[in-house]
Amino acid sequence: MGIMKILIGFIILWPLAGFLFNGLGRNYWTKKVIAYKATGYIVCSFIASVFAFMYVQNHGPVTVHYFDFIHTATVNIPFDFKVDNLTSLFLLVITGVGSLIHLYSTAYMKEEAAPHYARYFAYLNLFIFSMLVLVLGDNYVVMFIGWEGVGLCSYLLIGYWFTNGSYNYAAKKAFIMNRIGDLGFLLAIFLLIAKLGSVNYSEVLTAQSLAKLSTTDITAITLLLFVGAMGKSAQIPLFTWLPDAMAGPTPVSALIHAATMVTAGIYMITRSNILFSHSEITQNVIAIIGISTALLAATIAIKQNDIKKVLAYSTVSQLGYMFLGLGVGAYSGAVFHVITHAFFKALLFLGAGSVIYAMHHEQDIRKMGGLKAKLPITHITFLIGCIAIAGVPPFSGFFSKDEILAAAFAKSPVYWVLGVIGAAMTAFYMFRLYATTFLGKFRGTADQENHLHESPIAMTFPLILLAIASAIAGAIGIPALMGGQHWLSHQLIPIVGEPVELGLSHSLEWTLMAVSVAIAMIALSIAIVIYKKKTDEEPITFIGKFFYHKWHIDELYNEAIVNPLNRLAGFLKEVVEKQIIDGAVNGTGKLVQYSSRKLRLIQNGQVGYYILFMVIGIILLFLLWFNDAPILRLLYKLNQN
Amino acid sequence: MSIQYYIFFCLALFSIGVVGVLNRRNAIIVFMCIELMLNAVNLLLVAFSKMFYGIAAQNGGATTAGIDAQIFVFFIMVVAAAEVSIGLAIIVMMYRNTHSIDVNFLNRLKN
Repeated sequence: MGIMKILIGFIILWPLAGFLFNGLGRNYWTKKVIAYKATGYIVCSFIASVFAFMYVQNHGPVTVHYFDFIHTATVNIPFDFKVDNLTSLFLLVITGVGSLIHLYSTAYMKEEAAPHYARYFAYLNLFIFSMLVLVLGDNYVVMFIGWEGVGLCSYLLIGYWFTNGSYNYAAKKAFIMNRIGDLGFLLAIFLLIAKLGSVNYSEVLTAQSLAKLSTTDITAITLLLFVGAMGKSAQIPLFTWLPDAMAGPTPVSALIHAATMVTAGIYMITRSNILFSHSEITQNVIAIIGISTALLAATIAIKQNDIKKVLAYSTVSQLGYMFLGLGVGAYSGAVFHVITHAFFKALLFLGAGSVIYAMHHEQDIRKMGGLKAKLPITHITFLIGCIAIAGVPPFSGFFSKDEILAAAFAKSPVYWVLGVIGAAMTAFYMFRLYATTFLGKFRGTADQENHLHESPIAMTFPLILLAIASAIAGAIGIPALMGGQHWLSHQLIPIVGEPVELGLSHSLEWTLMAVSVAIAMIALSIAIVIYKKKTDEEPITFIGKFFYHKWHIDELYNEAIVNPLNRLAGFLKEVVEKQIIDGAVNGTGKLVQYSSRKLRLIQNGQVGYYILFMVIGIILLFLLWFNDAPILRLLYKLNQN
Repeated sequence: MSIQYYIFFCLALFSIGVVGVLNRRNAIIVFMCIELMLNAVNLLLVAFSKMFYGIAAQNGGATTAGIDAQIFVFFIMVVAAAEVSIGLAIIVMMYRNTHSIDVNFLNRLKN
């Protein structure tokens, strides 16, 4: 146990050390030192995670206690870390993909000056640290610490190029949207403390504590937790920050806004699946919001022309699938999709980064085209990513998406139909992106064409590794239907229980699978045929414009929430603050000044006046203090005698 | 004689003193009016002293009743005498400086 305490400590201390090293020494170190240290620390953390993973495989879950975080008579919140199968998988994904993205960043960010380079890596290390705290924590409060930490790092990294005003707005938008979700999470924690007096997983997520909670309590807690997940994982209605978050450097988008942070919501719900399974209402809400988000984001992605925006909406859409999976009870399917999505979406973002790097920060796909020949490694890896996300067997995305869709069908065929429509759109927009970027003729300037070059090894190496992972990661979850063991769902049995029997016949499952694959194949073929030669012009149809302008949701939020708040703030500033509060304060001063100007006239130096006022004062004193007139009473008494 | 007469007489004397202090401008008259007020109080003290003595004697009580008021009167007289000497000295000095004993002329401390 002692050795585990140190090992688990090391997993998070390496990134923290990197953060302190780069953050404090940003003006002293050369870029080479910064890059080696930042990447090396994450690799060390990855190695420690591998050991932790193997330990859990051999000896089962382990909980280590560091210190009491909050200790009162009624509530005890220890600072504990717990590594079980779910956490160890997340540890591997975070540190593994994190290492690759650090490596990639060393080349991608090399044009930055050394202090900014160090700042970038310090933030990135801090992010890994926070994310690890999030998944390692053994109670909701420690999870919340990590939860806030990743939000902060997300904010810092989106606004990394802080001289650009619109990037700062994007960063603020992300932070504020996340805060709305965080409030829900925080309220859920308070509710847990109020109802159960504990936030430890080992105490909350048990049958005894469930017995103490009424159905309403469970629904309230789970809905509030889901609000938290909604903010972090960009679900309707809090998803608009994620596409704007693309203002950050591309590796950041890959790490934070595709592979890890945005999946925190899925981790949280999977962790609390016992609670969620006991609330029918919450499950339905999650499934409906998940599928709606998946479809909404997919329709927007079809019309976007910014390479990163397409990927961003694709991320939102895939997160929607994961929530659909959670909503229909396919927890291991959702986690499976988190893992495969981490690989292929990180790959796609890094591939996009490689393209952007080659194109000298051009992100508009209409000005690309024909990059296949010039960027061979980027091209082939990007293609693998597209195939994986489109759900073509035997690439990883197929298995995870199919698992979710099968569970959705078992719950309600409507979910399945919508899910397949979404999958078709996914295939379409991904191959639209692929074909526009890599096929056809080059449409940029001649200058750009002359400078086109494949990215350095530090960028292509992560691409190749991630491409391999995207291609084969499906192997961890091959369903029994295909003669596989579904290793992942066995891993997750301690957390989410035995996989639910869907009750679908084999032939039906095969049919569903074939239909979804066929539809995806058709969609991607259409996309390639259309966009091989041409690009999208400005949309002219109503529906095209509607999708192009992202359903006008930003405008809707502006009108419905931001502007009224601004007007309220303006009212408070102009009327309440300036007139009422300032008026009262200044009025007091003015009253004193005015009255004293008048009163000082009394002090005219005439002794007679002073005496007159003395007499008046004495009379007043008599009236006030002796108003029951003792003298008169005395006189009356004497008369009686 | 009933105490009321003394009380109303003293009230009248005191009020005359007050009004005199307020209205007259001659410093000496103001001064006399102050004396008038003091003596109104003295007279009242003596009157009450006598009254309490009478009540106590009737009821067969202590013969020292009301004696403290008489002592007060002596003190007031002594203090008034001291005050008169200082006050008159001030008036003399005032006359030397301003060739006037008009109190309204004493407004140099204004502002």
